[in-house]
Amino acid sequence: MKILAMDSSGTVATAAIVEDDSLLAEYTVNYKKTHSQTLLPMIDEIVRMTELDLATIDAIAVASGPGSFTGLRIGSATAKGLGLALDKPIVEVPTVDALACNLYDTPGLICPIMDARRNQVYTGVYRFENHSLVTIRESFAESIEALCGLLNEFGEPVTFLGDGVPVFGDRIVGMLQVPCSFAPAHLARQRAGAVGTLGLRMYKEGRFCTAAEHRPDYLRPSQAERERAEREKAKQEK
Amino acid sequence: MAVNGDKQMQQITEKTDTSKDIKILAIESSCDETAAAVVLNGRTVLSNVISSQIALHTLYGGVVPELASRKHIEKINQVIEQALADAQVTLDDIDAIGVTYGPGLVGALLVGVAEAKAIAYARKLPLVGVHHIEGHVSANYIEHPDLEPPFLCLIVSGGHTHLVIVRDYGEFEILGRTRDDAAGEAFDKVARAIGLGYPGGPKVDKLAREGNPDAIVFPKGKLGDNPYDFSFSGVKSAVLNYLNSASMKGEEVNRADLAASFQKSVVDVLVEHTMLAAKEYGMKKVAIAGGVASNGALREAMEKACRRRKYTFYRPSPILCTDNAAMIGTAAYYEYIKGTRHGWDLNAIPNLKLGER
Repeated sequence: MKILAMDSSGTVATAAIVEDDSLLAEYTVNYKKTHSQTLLPMIDEIVRMTELDLATIDAIAVASGPGSFTGLRIGSATAKGLGLALDKPIVEVPTVDALACNLYDTPGLICPIMDARRNQVYTGVYRFENHSLVTIRESFAESIEALCGLLNEFGEPVTFLGDGVPVFGDRIVGMLQVPCSFAPAHLARQRAGAVGTLGLRMYKEGRFCTAAEHRPDYLRPSQAERERAEREKAKQEK
Repeated sequence: MAVNGDKQMQQITEKTDTSKDIKILAIESSCDETAAAVVLNGRTVLSNVISSQIALHTLYGGVVPELASRKHIEKINQVIEQALADAQVTLDDIDAIGVTYGPGLVGALLVGVAEAKAIAYARKLPLVGVHHIEGHVSANYIEHPDLEPPFLCLIVSGGHTHLVIVRDYGEFEILGRTRDDAAGEAFDKVARAIGLGYPGGPKVDKLAREGNPDAIVFPKGKLGDNPYDFSFSGVKSAVLNYLNSASMKGEEVNRADLAASFQKSVVDVLVEHTMLAAKEYGMKKVAIAGGVASNGALREAMEKACRRRKYTFYRPSPILCTDNAAMIGTAAYYEYIKGTRHGWDLNAIPNLKLGER
């Protein structure tokens, strides 16, 4: 079983080919070029390097959110275009779940954090039990203060990773009353290998959709929708 | 380091054999329409599917870029599949993929660009990036099979006002452009000011039919140094001032008269500049293109002016004036046979200049 996986949800662009228990190729770039310019050339590179016939893949796994709205759509449109052209299904892998997978069998809680702007992070809380990822809290958007409060209540050691670490790391250390650590460089960001590994498992469980059905899960309404909802609410309260 | 606006990976291959039929699948997502089309040999539209977002943006009084982008990603596969089905073809029958890569809303453009690249890549098809405005000009080739360059073209839309000579397919000499607001932008702003809402152009056009175009004299945006440039912020401000002073005096404004008078002031300038350029450059063929080219008053006035001077007047039917992918397929075709190919690093360029590659 073969999965083409990609993630362009944050600062990293990453693509991988996962076949059963083996990572055939992974290409990860954390650079300021736009994902629009890098993602497909990266996929092309790993496809050529592994002499992959795209017709032989079983599914396309994409980090489906949360993340940068535009970044998510570049990944989604790429996956949808590939899915349409190859007639392959899409596996929607939650970005934060895939990040948590980077820290296989790490004791205690795993807490990926992605900078969501407006002083918030996209996050989730996970742990490994019997070598499997268990979701304690699935993806949500929260202020860093509230997240630290929640983690203090759990009262267990936490390992953080994600592009929110350089932004919020110092404040986390200040607010957290439990032991914490931060993932090293090679595990700290999105890796399409993890998206593919998780994606393969989800595909086997029948958790996939058509390319036409797939859309990113932003976790947040757009600013315009939010402001409109506030206006409507204010109107009703009058 | 590459940022928007960098030269993209692009190569000119050998000219394409045009003796066999060429079918292009084209994708357009630069603003608030998700569109796909299949075009045969640049001139015959086999399908033209447009998923409009007007109902959504009407709630907000204008196009909300983030919502437009979200809608594009939801609809794009269905729209493409519909375009293929309507044309009774599959991707196996397609020779190249054309896609709008600018100008437009960057987030919206990126959806079409990423989708088009992925399809072309997976199917090993040539990819041809298209300038949105070249697409609008090309709508005339669909409507008028006999039309060939050179001709004079006035391009008027919500984002653009250009007066150009189309020297050859994809080759433009820009004579004039707007210095401030695009013509369609002025329509939108005036529409909002008199409570018509979005989309402004068609609503002003409709209301103006009930009004007297000579009721109020608004200034015409003339500029000194280039007789072909346009300015519409003056007339827009004059309308706003008129409304303001009427409201201060507690006077009722006849909105139909105001719409008709505003529209006349814009249309007069568009026609005058176009006619001046036609005379100066000896152009006997005059075309209009872009969303505002579906404006009834502009079409009538331009047609009349052309008839009087014995110029041939070309205009796309309203459905081809609005953003659509058929026009992108036509523009892509002429680029394709010239040998233009884009790489997998093709990016969206929101401020892409006309004639730039």
